[in-house]
Amino acid sequence: MCQECGCGIGGEVKIGGRPASAAHSHSTHHGDGHSHEHGGGGAPHSHAHDDATAFPPGRQTVAVQRGLLEKNERLAERNRGFFRAKKLLVLNVLSSPGSGKTTLIQKTAAILASRLRVGVIVGDLATDNDAARLREAGIPVVQVTTGTVCHLEAEMIAKAAERLDLDALDVLIIENVGNLVCPAAYDLGEDLRIVLLSTTEGEDKPLKYPPMFHSADVAVVTKSDLAAAAGFDRAQALAALHRIAHHARIFELSARTGDGMPAWIEYLEQQRASAKR
Amino acid sequence: MHEVSLMENAVRMAVETARASGGERVHRIRLRVGAMSGVVPDALRFACDMVCQGTPADGAELEIEEVPATCWCAHCAVEFATPDFLGQCPHCHAVSGELRRGTEMELASIEFS
Repeated sequence: MCQECGCGIGGEVKIGGRPASAAHSHSTHHGDGHSHEHGGGGAPHSHAHDDATAFPPGRQTVAVQRGLLEKNERLAERNRGFFRAKKLLVLNVLSSPGSGKTTLIQKTAAILASRLRVGVIVGDLATDNDAARLREAGIPVVQVTTGTVCHLEAEMIAKAAERLDLDALDVLIIENVGNLVCPAAYDLGEDLRIVLLSTTEGEDKPLKYPPMFHSADVAVVTKSDLAAAAGFDRAQALAALHRIAHHARIFELSARTGDGMPAWIEYLEQQRASAKR
Repeated sequence: MHEVSLMENAVRMAVETARASGGERVHRIRLRVGAMSGVVPDALRFACDMVCQGTPADGAELEIEEVPATCWCAHCAVEFATPDFLGQCPHCHAVSGELRRGTEMELASIEFS
């Protein structure tokens, strides 16, 4: 709950170190929310009850039937259309903190470098340590510091993407805030949602965080080189993934040793080829 | 989850809807929350009073309809209740991952004047 994750309370979103509100001149236009676009396609219409005694005088009920994340969903669809027009393959990489998102992205970009150009948007509550790591590796990167917000939202991605030369990229990787709860609900406009499970975490993580793992298009078991030391029960982890993320492609790899990376890279190249069409 | 920001969205939408219909105050907010949405109804209730303060929804009552998770069996053409994302059809015992309901987070209706 928010007392723990802190989201939605205060905190300033910064993109590349600058306040998000100043980073983009259309922010007020985006922010006005287009309140007239109701789900039903028409204006809100009240259904006043015939039975006047049902409510105190003057009270009316109106059906709204709108998703609480409707605005984010609309902005995510706009991102998706924009990215498709740019023929980009967009990945949203999610996991708990410390599961190896940055290392996997760094190694993936390095291996792809000879064939595909990779850019990265990194989300963290604070610091640009992850961005610095990726930048040192020669990867174009924008850091979004979310303040206290525990997830990235579609609008943050739209603004951050303006700071990358998308025409010079083939693949855009979004490294989400390390969190297995809140980011599950926020579509960013990605093509594929990649959820990581490291061998140093519990095998039952998918069962404990079902919305996140269920939302995955791809599940990647990372740090396979540490599996024996961590006493990782592979069969149990795969069974948990098959139960919750039954539709997801599963990869097992170690970004550090390179074990299992070829299959993952080949998959991304295939996905990029179909994104280009 | 981010129940405070979800509640903020709900209250903003409720106030917008009331104003669009010529209302000034929101008296009741009805939400629909699915069992698999990851949202905790109690956390929404906890957030509601705080978020409503100082808005036209100040003092509004919150009603939450909790929607159980339901899977679809294509073979039997029935919906059935499921404890998680993978349900077993009670008729043919086939496993289905096609969740029909249970992921909702919606503002269902409001009462205003």
